[in-house]
Amino acid sequence: MFYREAGQFKSSYAADQQLFPILQDRIGVLAFLAFAFVGVPLVASNYWYTAILIPLLVFSLAALGLNILTGYAGQLSLGSAAFMAVGAVAAYNFQLRVPGMPVLVSFLLGGFMAALVGMAFGLPSLRIKGFYLAVATLAAQFFIPWLLVKVDWFSNYSASGVITAQRIEILGYAFDTPMKKYLLVLLLVVVLALLAKNMVRSRIGRAWMAVRDMDVAAEVIGIRMLHTKLTAFAVSSFYCGVAGALYAFAYLGTVQPEDFNLDLSFRILFMVIIGGVGSILGSFLGAAFITLLPIFLDVLLTDMARGFNLNLTPGTTSMAQLVVFGVLIIFFLIVEPHGLARLWQITKEKLRLWPFPY
Amino acid sequence: MQFFFEVLIGGLLAGVMYSLVALGFVLIYKASGVFNFAQGAMVFFAALTFVGLQQKFALPFWAAFTCTLAVMIVLGILTERIVLRQLVNQPQISLFMATIGLAFFLEGFAQLIWGTAVRPLDIGVTNEPIQWVMERFDILVVKMDVVAALVAGVLVGVLAVFFNRTRIGRALRAVADDHQAALAVGIPLKQIWAIVWSVAGFVALVAGLMWGARGGVQFALTFTALKALPVLILGGFESIAGAIVGGLIIGASEKLAEVYLGPHVGGGIEGWFAYVMALLFLLVRPEGLFGEKHIDRV
Repeated sequence: MFYREAGQFKSSYAADQQLFPILQDRIGVLAFLAFAFVGVPLVASNYWYTAILIPLLVFSLAALGLNILTGYAGQLSLGSAAFMAVGAVAAYNFQLRVPGMPVLVSFLLGGFMAALVGMAFGLPSLRIKGFYLAVATLAAQFFIPWLLVKVDWFSNYSASGVITAQRIEILGYAFDTPMKKYLLVLLLVVVLALLAKNMVRSRIGRAWMAVRDMDVAAEVIGIRMLHTKLTAFAVSSFYCGVAGALYAFAYLGTVQPEDFNLDLSFRILFMVIIGGVGSILGSFLGAAFITLLPIFLDVLLTDMARGFNLNLTPGTTSMAQLVVFGVLIIFFLIVEPHGLARLWQITKEKLRLWPFPY
Repeated sequence: MQFFFEVLIGGLLAGVMYSLVALGFVLIYKASGVFNFAQGAMVFFAALTFVGLQQKFALPFWAAFTCTLAVMIVLGILTERIVLRQLVNQPQISLFMATIGLAFFLEGFAQLIWGTAVRPLDIGVTNEPIQWVMERFDILVVKMDVVAALVAGVLVGVLAVFFNRTRIGRALRAVADDHQAALAVGIPLKQIWAIVWSVAGFVALVAGLMWGARGGVQFALTFTALKALPVLILGGFESIAGAIVGGLIIGASEKLAEVYLGPHVGGGIEGWFAYVMALLFLLVRPEGLFGEKHIDRV
């Protein structure tokens, strides 16, 4: 950025190990959070909350989960939406069946259930890797929604597995407006993101990265494969599960297992690729990009159609979306395999020298 | 017992259809080490283009077939030029994700051009049971499936000859074996890749015709084509024979499971059974039935 870290000397271990070691970064993050918590509620309308901000945050969390698994631990998964479904349904059931269960706890328990399921489907990763694993996670993607529909206990015997999320009420305070829901989601996402940022630089995070870079070598230097891979699956599914619970409770309200289809899994994967594989910030950038792009395209195409006097069917825009998604994925993989996060980093490095590059 | 055989034969023949899609995967994987997720989309794209051309310009079968084949070859060459050539030396997983992008592009592009409606595809074979089998063995065998099986058989034969007896085929095998060594002895890698993608396009076209004639050309085709993935896992990525055998096993077991196991668990297990079976199979034999065992060197 415009600032440098020159002159900021660390004189204690605590100072050396902070999440954001540069003072200006800390100020920047705090300012951004203050804006998100205070500034946004002052200006945003209900449309912004329900159509943009809440889904953006929920998808960020899911992308973060997949990024931990794919970006940090190097295990490709095409089943993230299924784990979201587990989280959503589990949170719903905890609310439904345990009297007096706090909502936040049921979100976390939903995440834990997803983590358990994720570990079960992560077991094959010990034997197989790469594409084989990707296909194996497809089993989760097709099996779990089917199970959630077929066993109607999960949806409290409603037709075709539809669940209607309960009201969010914490200590008697109801989170019923879009703004309140937004703040709750934001709080959870911020806490979990900071946790993830901390986790990926800790012992376990380093083990993940070692396995990603070369698993045989990692094993040789004494990293436990079973432990490392399964924790990656568990943590990733936990994040996806919490995201799924929030998706049901704060975003849509009514969901059915079929909503968590392969398409959603792919969208989350795209968020990770476009945002930046192996980057916490990238998950957010990617989620923002993929969430905003359809809205943007919609507006653009409608305007263009008006300009050229074409009549557009809704089908055309969604097909155009597919094409644009596909092209963007290929474009990013070729031009910037590390995604938007890397672009941001390059910008920062350029700005460090700006305006005197020599 | 008769019913069992009927289900079994139906499943085996359906499995052949999966094999047709899986063949395309194997071709590309063998020659370039790319796991082409877009094969299903290519099947859909080819079928839709074929039907679109046929209906729009009222072309006869062979004219439409030739035109579509030309389109698929151009597509293959463009894919090599625009996507693969840029991603040389990238990790395989990047290439895989690029083909996911390609799949999205093809699905969207095909429907942008030809619309989203389900289109019937007529290749002159009806979807009816064969009479004399009905009379003699009292087993219901659909004509379309038998034709598909024959086509698959012919296709495998042609590919086998192509791979083993022609100059290009030998070059393809050399490239599959070792990129650098192939380059060193003067095999033009870029051309070879373009050829492989074109051949895969041809296989996709044939598979698309068969699938389309069976249930109409529609978007759901791409999901059915995904079933080729467990087939590959079962058969091994590098083996054409594996694609066929894997397809037969998956097709038969899936149908049998649906009929005999399905009622006990509420039905609809056809959607995931193949994947779970492949998953369990992987635990026992990670490289598939006919796949090559990989040895990692550090």
